[in-house]
Amino acid sequence: LALAGAAFADPVEDGLVIETDSGPVEIVTKTAPPAFLADTFDTIYSGWHFRDDSTRDLERDDFDNPAMVFVDRGLDKWNAAMGVNGESCASCHQGPESMAGLRAVMPRVDEHTGKLMIMEDYVNACVTERMGLEKWGVTSDNMKDMLSLISLQSRGMAVNVKIDGPAAPYWEHGKEIYYTRYGQLEMSCANCHEDNAGNMIRADHLSQGQINGFPTYRLKDSGMVTAQHRFVGCVRDTRAETFKAGSDDFKALELYVASRGNGLSVEGVSVRH
Amino acid sequence: MSSHLWYASVVAMAIATPAICETAPKEVVYVEGAVEASLTGAPGNPEEGVRIMTTNALGNCVACHQIGALPDVEFPGTIAPPLDGAGDRWTEAQLRGIVANAKMTFEGTFMPAFYKVDGFVRPGDGFSGKAGAEPLAPILNAQQIEDVVAFLVTLKE
Ligand code: HEC
Ligand code: HEC
Ligand code: HEC
Repeated sequence: LALAGAAFADPVEDGLVIETDSGPVEIVTKTAPPAFLADTFDTIYSGWHFRDDSTRDLERDDFDNPAMVFVDRGLDKWNAAMGVNGESCASCHQGPESMAGLRAVMPRVDEHTGKLMIMEDYVNACVTERMGLEKWGVTSDNMKDMLSLISLQSRGMAVNVKIDGPAAPYWEHGKEIYYTRYGQLEMSCANCHEDNAGNMIRADHLSQGQINGFPTYRLKDSGMVTAQHRFVGCVRDTRAETFKAGSDDFKALELYVASRGNGLSVEGVSVRH
Repeated sequence: MSSHLWYASVVAMAIATPAICETAPKEVVYVEGAVEASLTGAPGNPEEGVRIMTTNALGNCVACHQIGALPDVEFPGTIAPPLDGAGDRWTEAQLRGIVANAKMTFEGTFMPAFYKVDGFVRPGDGFSGKAGAEPLAPILNAQQIEDVVAFLVTLKE
């Protein structure tokens, strides 16, 4: 009986090269931890290593990846003349490839506003201020489709969020949230994804809770899940009052969690179950 | 979904159990983590204890613990020590204390407190994600704790 669990206890030894329209793209799914985690982990792993064979395989070829449908939907929106004066994202930004590199450095403190911004904030700034539309919900379909498209442009690039300078206070706040034991179950992110990464919590194989793969297609939900959305679920599962998706608290948490994955590749759009 | 099931069971128990002879969560006396007196005065039912320990919406102990005596449980967790032999390692009073609030025995443990109602950070209303008002209902009620303990004492090697 004890062996049943032990057999699954470790991240799977495997590597990820994705077949894409423009050739194979190699994804760094495990690497040395960032300096601040050097005493915590020997290696940081993408959540991909903790999923079963069939789920991992879905990410090896864009043709099989169910998330690509949402990327296509994002591209349609990118090109749609939806602004009050007929603007599209494309009319100001050209092709979506103009967004290459952005996902790898998000969240970040914006030069102009001096505030911590997640990708959703940038999109909404254009949707409202530059297109004259109502703001998109942080976890709305419009937003998830657009995030899928933008994220894919940075596929294969190393996550590299800044944690010093103006980002430092936000990062500290995110770290505090990460280690706080919330809710009636009194559990922190670290209890599950640091202390117990690799263990089974019932049928779930606990990963390190990295977000380099986000947005992700979750088989269980048959839809896209963003980091902000995932955080809501994880906190709710501790029988706690969650923070809202897009709140200052969860933005800070996203910065901190992203930084724990500095060095892993952006997966573009991943697949999990 | 799970929170609904859980509420239904609490309501049912509240009707079935006369609250008068129960020790309320805040009145439990822990002596080095152990709780000497039964929380209900009535004996626990070990079969019901098994159901509670293996039901997601109740104790869900098997999310973290393996139990050799319950080989039919699918996918028990690997987070916590197997419970085989718990009845040899601990007295009934100690087991009652561990189930009611394991933090009194193992400082800072990951194991949730099943008979604790306040002192939480951002307490929620079950699994709704919404705010809950303390005192919350305990995760398990007094009789359910006794049922679980009645099963644990049988776990001898
Ligand atoms: C009660 C345990 C538990 C707690 C507490 C918890 N999580 Fe999770 N989390 C899970 C499980 C189970 C999964 C699904 C399996 C996996 O990927 O680890 C998961 C998945 C994730 C994922 C997806 C990883 C991927 O690659 O798909 C992220 C990101 C994550 N959690 C972040 C967090 C953060 C941030 C917190 C704290 C706010 C947190 N979790 C708290 C149990 C937990
Ligand atoms: C009317 C012009 C205009 C439209 C329409 C527009 N944007 Fe922008 N966008 C901008 C400008 C200007 C910036 C700021 C560029 C800068 O500060 O370097 C920007 C910045 C961004 C950024 C941050 C880029 C970076 O590198 O910092 C994102 C992401 C973005 N836009 C997405 C979108 C999306 C998605 C749409 C369509 C839903 C859209 N934009 C529509 C003009 C526009
Ligand atoms: C989220 C994880 C988790 C859940 C759920 C959980 N436990 Fe535990 N339990 C632990 C951990 C971890 C320990 C080890 C104590 C320590 O050192 O922190 C433990 C220790 C114990 C022990 C003492 C271990 C021994 O045999 O020496 C008993 C008995 C026990 N748990 C019973 C239960 C029962 C009964 C339930 C359900 C009503 C339960 N646990 C639910 C995590 C859990």
